[in-house]
Amino acid sequence: MSTPQQDDFAVVHPFDHLMRADRLPHILCGGCGIGTVIHGYVRAVSESGVDPDRHVCVSGIGCSGRAAGYVNVDSYHSTHGRALPFALGIAVHNPELKVTVISGDGDLMAIGGNHFIHAARRNVNLNVICINNFNYGMTGGQVGPTTPIGAKGTTAPQGSIEHPFNLPYLAKACGASLVARWTILHVRQFTDAVLRSMDKDGFCFTEVLSPCPTSFGRRNKLGEGLDEVEMYRERCHIENGAQNLEELDIDIVDHEQPITVGNFVDIERSAFHA
Amino acid sequence: MPPETAAKTVAPEAAQRVLTGRRFMLGDHACAEGALAAGLDFFAGYPITPSTEVAEHLASRLPAVGGRFVQMEDELGSIAAIIGASAAGARSFTATSGPGFSLMMENIGLAAMMEIPCVIVNVQRASPSTGLPTMVGQSDILQARWGSHGDYGIVAYCPSSPQECFDQTIDAFNTADRYRIPVFILMDEVVGHMAERVEIPAANEIPHVPRKRPRTKPEEGIFLSYAPDEDLVPPIAHAGEGYKVHMTGLTHDERGYPELTPETHDKLVNRLVDKVRLNALDIVDFDEQHVDDAECVVIAYGCTARSASAAVDQARAEGLRCGLLRPKTIWPFPEERVRRLLEIGKIKRFIVPEINLGQLRREVERLTQLPTIGLNHAGGAMPTPNAILEIIRS
Repeated sequence: MSTPQQDDFAVVHPFDHLMRADRLPHILCGGCGIGTVIHGYVRAVSESGVDPDRHVCVSGIGCSGRAAGYVNVDSYHSTHGRALPFALGIAVHNPELKVTVISGDGDLMAIGGNHFIHAARRNVNLNVICINNFNYGMTGGQVGPTTPIGAKGTTAPQGSIEHPFNLPYLAKACGASLVARWTILHVRQFTDAVLRSMDKDGFCFTEVLSPCPTSFGRRNKLGEGLDEVEMYRERCHIENGAQNLEELDIDIVDHEQPITVGNFVDIERSAFHA
Repeated sequence: MPPETAAKTVAPEAAQRVLTGRRFMLGDHACAEGALAAGLDFFAGYPITPSTEVAEHLASRLPAVGGRFVQMEDELGSIAAIIGASAAGARSFTATSGPGFSLMMENIGLAAMMEIPCVIVNVQRASPSTGLPTMVGQSDILQARWGSHGDYGIVAYCPSSPQECFDQTIDAFNTADRYRIPVFILMDEVVGHMAERVEIPAANEIPHVPRKRPRTKPEEGIFLSYAPDEDLVPPIAHAGEGYKVHMTGLTHDERGYPELTPETHDKLVNRLVDKVRLNALDIVDFDEQHVDDAECVVIAYGCTARSASAAVDQARAEGLRCGLLRPKTIWPFPEERVRRLLEIGKIKRFIVPEINLGQLRREVERLTQLPTIGLNHAGGAMPTPNAILEIIRS
C-alpha cells in the first residue's frame, strides 16, 4: 500500500475559507469544547448572508480568547477583560460591521464584568458568546466567577466558597436584547442563537457550556470531555422563553441537578447608536 | 452684537469642524477643537477633573460634525474603545487625568504592540493617588514614558498655552497615524483651565498626515499588517476592508499571528522602540530663548515654562547669560538639541523647574552630566518667575 498523499485528503471543507488553516494545529486540549463553539460561529457567519468581510471577531484573553486567532475574518485578540469595549469601538464607529465577541467566563464576567453590565445596559449592537467552562483553564484551573460552590480549583483546593454568577439572569437584568444558554452538545440550537444575534440590533448574549477536562473536569470528577458532553445530554432540558431565570443556577458538579438551556430572552429594546 | 450677527455666528458653527478665526478659549476646549480640526471621528471617555471640559465640549461638538461620542463606564473601557474604533479606521481620542491615565496603562501597551494609533490627553493634576484633584501637577512625565509594562515607543507633547493645546493636538493625531503608535498630550491643570487667544487657521491649512495604507487589494494576496517599510512603520488595514487582519497583544509575526519565540519577540520589541527612536529628529519639537551664548539653561515645559520664560527675560535684562529650552515634545526628549548646545561649550549648569520631585531633571542629568538644579514642588502650586530668577541669579 502506498503512502497516502496530501491530494487523497484534499476534500474542501465548506467552511475552510472561514478558518485560518495556516494557524493549525490549534492550542486547545483534547476534549475541549471551544472548537465546537468556533464551528458554530463560522457556520453562523456562513449562513448569515453577510459577506465575511463585514464580520469582525474580538476576543479577550484565555483559551476562549484564542478563538479570534482561528477564524478568517478581521479578528482582534485584545487584553484580558477588555474585549467588549474594544468591540464597542469597532461597532459604534462602523455600524455596518457584524461584531462578535467570543471570550470566556473569567474574561467577560470577572475582570471584564463591569464592561459586560454596561454594554448590556446600553444595548450596544454586539453579539457576545461566553464560553463557560467554570474555571480559568489556560492558567491551570483556578476558580472563577462561574465556579459552583464546592467545586475544586487550584485556588480553592477544598472547594469554592463563593456563589457563582447565573449568567442569563445577569444578562437579562442588565438589559440584553437576546439571552440564550446552550451547551456544545446543542450545536444547532447554539448556532441558531448566534445567527439570530447577528441579525438583531442590540446586545445579544449566548452562554455556551463547554468541557474543560484538563483543568476543571479532572479535579471535579467529570471525566473526559466526552463524558461531560454525555452528562449535558442526561441533565439538560430545554425551556425556551423560561421566565424564571433567577432559578436557573448551574451546579455542574452536582449530577442530580438539572441544567436548563434555551433561548430565554428575545425582546425589542432600542439599541445604542452614538 | 446685533441679533442677526449672533444668529449668523452661532448657528453655522455647530456643524463646522474647524472654527477658523481668532478665539478666546479654555485650554481644554482648545484641545477638543484641535482634535475636531484634525478629523476626530470617535471619542470615548470617563469624566475626571481637570480634563472633563474636553469631554463635555466634544459631547456637543463631535456628534454635530458626524463623529461618535461615548461616555464609558471607566478608563479601562475608554482606552479599549478608542483602540477598537481606530482599528476600524477612526481617528480616535480620549481625555483623562492621572488616576485615569494609570488605569489606561495596560491597553496603552496593547496599542503599542498592535500598532494601532490613538491619542490620549492627560490633563495633569497633583498626584499621587487622588492627590489634589482640582490643582496643578506635572508628575506623570515618567509614567507617560514608562507606564505600561515592557519596552515600546510613544510620543508625548507638552503644551504651554491654549494655542499649543490646539496645535499640538493636531500634531498628536498626525504623529499617531504616521508611526502607528499611541500619542499623549501631557497638559496640566493650569494650561487646561487657562483661557487665552487661540488662532484657528482655515480648514485647508490644517496639517494632515494620513496613515500608511495597504498598497495591494485584498484579493491580491495575504496582507502583512506588520511588514515594516524602511522607516520601520508598516501600513495598516482596517476592520471591514477585506484584508482579514489578525491583531494580537501576543508576540506576533508579520502576518499578525502569534509566534511565541524569544527571537521574534526581541525583533518586534526593538522595532517598536526604534520606530520612534530612529525617527526622533522628525518628531522632536522644542522652542528656545537666548540659548546660544547661555551659561545657564532653564529647561521647562507646560505651565512652568511660562514662569521660566518670564524669569529668563528678566535675567537677561539684568545681564545674566541664561536661556530657556522648552521641550514641546517631552518624549522623545530634544536630546540632539541638548547635545549641540553642550558642544558649544558655554553651558555650566541647567535649571529644571517642574511640579514634581524631579522627573525631567533626572533625564537632563543623565544626558548632560552637568550640575542640574531642580526647583520642585509636589503639586498644587506652580513656580513663580521670581523663584526661578532667584536660582538663575544664585
